[in-house]
Amino acid sequence: MTSAIAPAPSGATPEGGSGRAATVEFVHVTKHFDSGARWSGTPGALNDLSLKVPAGRICVIVGPSGCGKTTSLKMVNRLIEPTSGQVLLDGVDIESRDVIDLRRSIGYVIQQTGLFPHQTVIENVAAVPRLLGWPAAKRSARSEELLALVGLDPAAYGTRYPAQLSGGERQRVGVARALAADPPIMLMDEPFGAVDPLVRERLQQEFLRLQRDLAKTILFVTHDVDEAIRLGDQVAVLERGGRLAQVGTPEEVLANPASDFVARFVGADRGLKRLSLVRVGQLRLREPATARVGEPATSVRDKVTGAFPYVLVVDDDGRPIGCADPDQLTGDGSVTASGLVPASPVLTPDTTLRDALSMLLTAQALAGVVVDAAGRATGVLTIDEIGDWFRMEAGRLRAGPSGTGMPAVG
Amino acid sequence: MRDKPLLDWAWVFDHLDDIGGRSLQHLQLALLAVAAGLAISMAVGIIVARRPRVAAVVIGVSGILYTIPSIAAFAALVPITGLSTLTALIPLTAYTQLILIRNIVAGLTGVAPEVLETADAMGYTPRARLLRIELPLAIPLIVAGLRVASVSTIGLVTVAAIIGDNFGGLGVFINDGLRNFFPTAVYVGAVMSVLLAVLVDVAFVLLERVATPWSRLPATVVETGGA
Repeated sequence: MTSAIAPAPSGATPEGGSGRAATVEFVHVTKHFDSGARWSGTPGALNDLSLKVPAGRICVIVGPSGCGKTTSLKMVNRLIEPTSGQVLLDGVDIESRDVIDLRRSIGYVIQQTGLFPHQTVIENVAAVPRLLGWPAAKRSARSEELLALVGLDPAAYGTRYPAQLSGGERQRVGVARALAADPPIMLMDEPFGAVDPLVRERLQQEFLRLQRDLAKTILFVTHDVDEAIRLGDQVAVLERGGRLAQVGTPEEVLANPASDFVARFVGADRGLKRLSLVRVGQLRLREPATARVGEPATSVRDKVTGAFPYVLVVDDDGRPIGCADPDQLTGDGSVTASGLVPASPVLTPDTTLRDALSMLLTAQALAGVVVDAAGRATGVLTIDEIGDWFRMEAGRLRAGPSGTGMPAVG
Repeated sequence: MRDKPLLDWAWVFDHLDDIGGRSLQHLQLALLAVAAGLAISMAVGIIVARRPRVAAVVIGVSGILYTIPSIAAFAALVPITGLSTLTALIPLTAYTQLILIRNIVAGLTGVAPEVLETADAMGYTPRARLLRIELPLAIPLIVAGLRVASVSTIGLVTVAAIIGDNFGGLGVFINDGLRNFFPTAVYVGAVMSVLLAVLVDVAFVLLERVATPWSRLPATVVETGGA
């Protein structure tokens, strides 16, 4: 985990495009697939779904199979028409729009990619611009720009066919293709579901990086709770029968599941999952007693406080060397580099609390040393502080539950 | 018969022009029938491809057509269409329908559903989807059908010789040879017919290679970092 803490969407529009985004709103949307059957019996049905996705945000729709999450996605580009209710884009009912125009203004990415096997990567990416009648030169320039944006060298990949790509590369092309005409809305149906976990994590990180620049309105379907909380500004949990069980920020859903179903669905480890939303740098860290090699032991011993009863020995640049037990700094000798307990684990401000806790447990250590980019010690993190964070958050959530499903930060 | 050699090479060299001309006529008739057959089967195939039940009926009917003995078909048409190219062409075209419609339908229905779904989701009109996605992807199966149809049609043209010397191509040699106990002509007709079939088959294979570069990709996929 090396990606930086997410800043708010910049509004700047580098390579991606104009940065337009639209709100997406489901208003009492119901879908029966079999007119004879009750809604509760048919997989994929939706029951009175009302949900508003703010412009420029990622809403992850998550739920067990058959809960209607894919159905809800396909209603936005009218691959599926609702039995009743409306879907509004920027307040306008999509039924009032030409279906072909509507679809050309919405990016669509699915797990199986749906890349056209008979077209090269460049041609695939340029598909919608071609439908829109862009001149050939503009099309290929746009294709190349997008391939570079998703991390594929246009010179190396442009003339390949989909069959000549790995699974992860195909997904990148799929994302580039969906972005080609700079749509304000993207629909993504388990786009990273078919790649191995390592590639998935990389794609997820790059997806978030892209979204910081592009700020599209994204509806993202997954059955993976971890993916939902990692990617979503907003998480909508659907239960079987197509009922919206809860919508909120990942933090809200994990901290206050609205029902037993949501609690079970997000898992008994939801406390740990919450830890993965927070990074070490977001906590106010304890400053340890530090000492440099050569300092007199007596003065050092006095700095030690209760919570972290050790002295962190650092080199001249402030980089940690190890920890010393103050009881061993006896007499009037000076601090030496020998006989120190290794200062592990070493954490960075980007480390999630979940990883930090795991590292502490693995190292059987009470505290980890947090270092900055230059390797200088900036503080220590103890298991107690992770517990304190939980208590603080509980108070904060009780004091001001937003309940609106609006993400607190971008 | 015993006093004649199996192959009278002198006759062959004397009739090179004739052999060339009849081969050409043979090829023209066969290709005309296949072209007409392709036009009809394309129209039918595109219409029925998304209607499985109708497709089953249409393929059933073309299967029944296929079972009509070819000699009978040619003979039966003579009172109606006379001694014309049409009399040769109608059965030849009809016999292509079973294999062509079946392969066109298979080619169109064989396009992966997620490819069709994304095409729809991206805003392809039905026409653009058919022309730019479905038909190109069906080419390998359509060409496979064309190969079988052409080879069998080239064989059948010889039978059309029963209508008359103007319509049977190389079949005329076979007929004459049979009637006059002259095996050389039979062999020349048969061998040339086989040769034409092989040439046309090879031509289609080459055509398919040019038209579908994606379907014969090098087996080695370059992995660059996995993602």
